[in-house]
Amino acid sequence: MKSLQEQIAGLDVMLTARLGGASISLQPIPGSVPVIQVVIGGREELPIFITASEAQTLCICYLWTEAEVRGETRTELLEALLDLNPSIPLSSFGRVNEHYVLFGALAADARVEDIAHDVAALSDNALDALDALAHYLN
Amino acid sequence: MSVIGKMLTLLRGSARELGESVVDANATRIYEQEIIDARNAILKAKSELTGVMAKEMQSAREIERIRAEALRLEDLALEALGKGKEALAEEVAVKIAETEQQLEEQSRVHADYALQVGKLKDLIKSAEAKVREHEREVAIARTTESVYKATRSISDNIGASGSKLLNARESLDRIKRRHEELADRMAAAESLDKETGTRALEIKLAEAGIGGDAERARRVMERIRARKTDAEGQ
Repeated sequence: MKSLQEQIAGLDVMLTARLGGASISLQPIPGSVPVIQVVIGGREELPIFITASEAQTLCICYLWTEAEVRGETRTELLEALLDLNPSIPLSSFGRVNEHYVLFGALAADARVEDIAHDVAALSDNALDALDALAHYLN
Repeated sequence: MSVIGKMLTLLRGSARELGESVVDANATRIYEQEIIDARNAILKAKSELTGVMAKEMQSAREIERIRAEALRLEDLALEALGKGKEALAEEVAVKIAETEQQLEEQSRVHADYALQVGKLKDLIKSAEAKVREHEREVAIARTTESVYKATRSISDNIGASGSKLLNARESLDRIKRRHEELADRMAAAESLDKETGTRALEIKLAEAGIGGDAERARRVMERIRARKTDAEGQ
């Protein structure tokens, strides 16, 4: 099986082409599982993390934490996320510990072209979702 | 309980705070061993099944052979009776009775094999289902573990590098502000070009009736006047 780095070779060039010439930086994150941080020029605050396991390749964008959710509209927010899930192309909402995330899941042996497509969609979707759902947050 | 049901219980429970230890490593190892065992059992059952199915076919052929033999003997007995050889016919009848006994016995054996084939097929089916279920269980456990570990690495890394994860509203505001700045810069560049660039100069010249369209119209008028003068001169 290829390493994550080998799997995403050329991702930066493909993303630049997909995102209208935006600068892209790829940075491995040290730890016990392979993680690569993708920072997109102009959207530095919303990096995408790519991580690989035996079962799948995951692209994750951390949106907000539980502490940021306004208590009085929390149920409304959760319902909105469930309702939105099937409609958002390629990305789904989820939660890891206290982090709300938007993620795209691909096969473990996904091609770099597919990963680029997913990361670009995820970045657009994350920005859009933040804008649409910000009123549920403190 | 379903695999996802178990995972939900784990995530809801105290293990949630522990994050990466959400998955019981021992349970995963046990499942992996069970997958190996079930795969071996399937291989063994499949080779056994081949043997039993071969025997089942053999016994089917044997039944056909005995039936044909019984028919042949009956024809012979009939022929003996027809020729008035009563004693000979009775001798053949004893033989036919033996053959019928053989047929019964062989049919029992055949039914036994058929039963074994059915049992082995069921065994293989259930072992294959078990392998699929355990594989899914291990995959879900592994994936959960991997996502929690990745999140831990990302949090640790952001903590260590001194930068902190901004809250969502701050992030959104910054990105929007940057986009607005870019849009403003582009609008400014355009208006600057209007005021000071080549276009500005051309606009001023045209207003003064110099160059471009103003000049062209003047030249056309001169040409027409010249033709009129020519025409009057002739």
